[in-house]
Amino acid sequence: MRLTVNGTAHELDVEAEMPLLWVLRDELGLTGTKYGCGIAQCGACTVHLDGVAVRSCQTRAGDAEGAEITTIEGLGTPEAPHPVQAAWIETQVAQCGYCQPGQIMQAASFLAGTPEPTDDDIDAAMGGNLCRCATYPRLRAAVRDAAARLREG
Amino acid sequence: MASLGKIARRGFLVGAAAVAGGVAFGTWRLRTPYPNPLAPGDGAAVLNPWVVVDGAGVTLITPRADKGQGAVQVQAALLAEELDVEPKAVRTAFGPAAPAYYNSVVVADGMPVAATDDGVIARLLREEVSAAAGKVFGMHVTGGSTTVPDAYETLRRAGAVARETLKRAAAARTGTAMADLRTEDGQVILPDGAALPYTELAAEAAEVEAPDFVPLRAPSAWRILGQPVERLDMAAKCTGTQTFGIDHRQPGMLHATVRTHPGWGAGAVSVESRAAERMRGVERVVEITGGVGVIADNTWRAMQAAEAVEIDWGPSPIAESTEAMWDDFAASFTEDRHDSRFKDEGDVDGALAGAEVLEAEYRVPFLAHAPLEPMNATVQVTGDRADIWTGTQIPRFVQDHVAGIVGIAADRVHVHNAMIGGSFGHRLEDLHVRQATELAMRVPGRPVKMTWTREEDMAHDYPRTMQLARMRGAVRAGRVEAFDLSIAAHSTFASQGPRWGVPASGPDVAIVAGAWDQPFAIPHYRVTGYRVPEGVPVSSWRSVGASGNAFLHDGFLDELIHAAGADPLEERLRLCRHEPSRRVLEAVGEMAGWDGPRPAEGRGRGVAYCLSFGVPTAEIVEVTETEEGLRIDAIYVAAEVGRVLDPVNLEAQMTGGALFGLGHAMFSELTFAGHRVEQRNYDGYRTLRLPQTPRIVETRALETTDEIRGIGEPPVPPAAPALANAIFAATGRRLREMPFAKSVRFA
Repeated sequence: MRLTVNGTAHELDVEAEMPLLWVLRDELGLTGTKYGCGIAQCGACTVHLDGVAVRSCQTRAGDAEGAEITTIEGLGTPEAPHPVQAAWIETQVAQCGYCQPGQIMQAASFLAGTPEPTDDDIDAAMGGNLCRCATYPRLRAAVRDAAARLREG
Repeated sequence: MASLGKIARRGFLVGAAAVAGGVAFGTWRLRTPYPNPLAPGDGAAVLNPWVVVDGAGVTLITPRADKGQGAVQVQAALLAEELDVEPKAVRTAFGPAAPAYYNSVVVADGMPVAATDDGVIARLLREEVSAAAGKVFGMHVTGGSTTVPDAYETLRRAGAVARETLKRAAAARTGTAMADLRTEDGQVILPDGAALPYTELAAEAAEVEAPDFVPLRAPSAWRILGQPVERLDMAAKCTGTQTFGIDHRQPGMLHATVRTHPGWGAGAVSVESRAAERMRGVERVVEITGGVGVIADNTWRAMQAAEAVEIDWGPSPIAESTEAMWDDFAASFTEDRHDSRFKDEGDVDGALAGAEVLEAEYRVPFLAHAPLEPMNATVQVTGDRADIWTGTQIPRFVQDHVAGIVGIAADRVHVHNAMIGGSFGHRLEDLHVRQATELAMRVPGRPVKMTWTREEDMAHDYPRTMQLARMRGAVRAGRVEAFDLSIAAHSTFASQGPRWGVPASGPDVAIVAGAWDQPFAIPHYRVTGYRVPEGVPVSSWRSVGASGNAFLHDGFLDELIHAAGADPLEERLRLCRHEPSRRVLEAVGEMAGWDGPRPAEGRGRGVAYCLSFGVPTAEIVEVTETEEGLRIDAIYVAAEVGRVLDPVNLEAQMTGGALFGLGHAMFSELTFAGHRVEQRNYDGYRTLRLPQTPRIVETRALETTDEIRGIGEPPVPPAAPALANAIFAATGRRLREMPFAKSVRFA
């Protein structure tokens, strides 16, 4: 199987039905994508397939062939963060931080399609991503800040 | 005030062991410091257990676990403030499991001493006996909101002593008087402005005798503490580069998972694993304590194979259903099960005898910690050495447990602590580490990373105990006159203590914490704890006893205030005899505009208060009835913390704690059927999500006392009663059972 992750092609010998999550984590060592529930209830495993947010625990590896897969590591780095990551850092959203890669991937995909979101839009788009530390108020603020950063380019 | 004799007769938990052990301490253990657990490498100076300097840089040891509360940051800041280094320019490490990192504050929480009790005996118990017990037991433990109060002086002093040691080395090298040296940004500065980096002084500093005593700088001179800073872990956590325990990798590592008895039974009656053993990537299917484990080359393959094992589980020791459990709780208000009556003022029976009595029954469910990072541990057992990579709040208990399982000395067990993806108390348990150890022993020399499925995690969460409470009260002339609260619950410490190897005897303060110790001058006032015999294993859950007791205590207080026809905030203020608590009540009233216009029809606001972990906290919630259901508009939180060390993180903890309390009050419960947990994932176990989060969340930290406190837990307890009281104000419905979503619909 051939998967393209963060711009790099990988030849992999894995079952087509293995969730993309476990290919990323255990086969490719990309551990920024998190396991939280395994049933698409928490959003910690969110990655992009051709720029669209998907739950990698519910995405068969076989179905990701041919797509551009982007993980949190591919979105930006500590030295060169994506505008959404920069907003998250400046707002100091993270507490335990375990859900934040998924939150950020969800927000980046959402904002690409909704550059000027209302608070209701934000709540609806981010409602599937669980944060047990309840960083929600800063998360809301960071999505608004990220939207502004993206608009300003 | 309680006399020492009276307190001794109460025979409380860990404190009892400390008092009894006081004779045996002699003075040796108390006066002699533990050996420094850090072994210096070549050219390195281990200046004390918290500061290591070598040619490559400065490393600050931050032994308290970080589950998101920012423990690394605050420990590093306390050390760096006196050491004169920039936290971002140095490394941090959790350090080994060691008694030198004992917690001098954590034991106090198990003592029946109200935080508002300033008497000599109370102070002796809280400060001296707790510190002695923490030290004698070498309690390397993170919990009870103790990191800040425990570290506040210890770590600043460690930083100051290290700084002065480095200055002595510089003085010796250059022949300069100590008084003419100063320090800045990891360097000793000579009178001529020349700078000697600490790294260059490391080898010489290792040979210098450290000063015994160094005075600490006044807070007015602080550069880091009290200032808004970017948390050290923030960029890593927002870029996927922060590794948690679950992300740990070792060369040649295998992946594993387990399936154990879902009803806490001893294990399986029969296991059919041939099909699982033939599945791709599976190395071994093995029986372990309580069930089976699968070792494979990939976590998903291990989970698939574990699911394919056919298991006939043996009997469960716990009751069949939640209904049966409630029956046992309801039968617990008896002399046999009487546990404590730490509060007994006035003449409750007399006052109620002649009055119109208001009666109520309240229920609080089992709650799972359910942190987002499932329990996991990586273990490697090679000969007589074991290495454990996991995030834990109890590294020394882990060390002892693993040593016992492997059959080696505790000092051959190396615990490498990791950043934790949420805990809320679950990482005070280590069942997952013991299971991973059993698995690793089957493949000697190979590291094995064991990860629980979410379903395994929910079934073995060691939940917060259910509580059933019965109240009676009376009012007179517009005032609360009599208050009689009886609480039946499992004992957290009776369940958890033996798992830690800590003696648990006498009454359990947690059964009544956050209720018996509230500073209200109700003329006739009684709080009684009843202990429900052990059933489901339970453990500490963020704010422990107070998490449910605030709802029981403050919810019923609100009922009485309403019956008296008094204003909820005014009457609490009138009854409150603790000045710092009065100040937080006044502050939260001001934040919410309590004195302003009353809420319109269909809107309501509720105030609640709880003193827990020494922190008086008051909260106001505002709700509105809408066509979609009840909407929570706002929550205001005020707390007295003594001193704010990190304003940005403090606000995060106050906000997160209050919302954590709110979300569980709205949605969360664990129930049992067929002897097992019914909610095995986040679809069944509902918690707060963004759409239900109030748009207005405001916090205020007061600094009006000299009692420095931690803020991780105290904002949790008042949220539930504040919400219940607000719903009553808006709808006239008094909610006496959590979660409230059983009774009302939330928008």
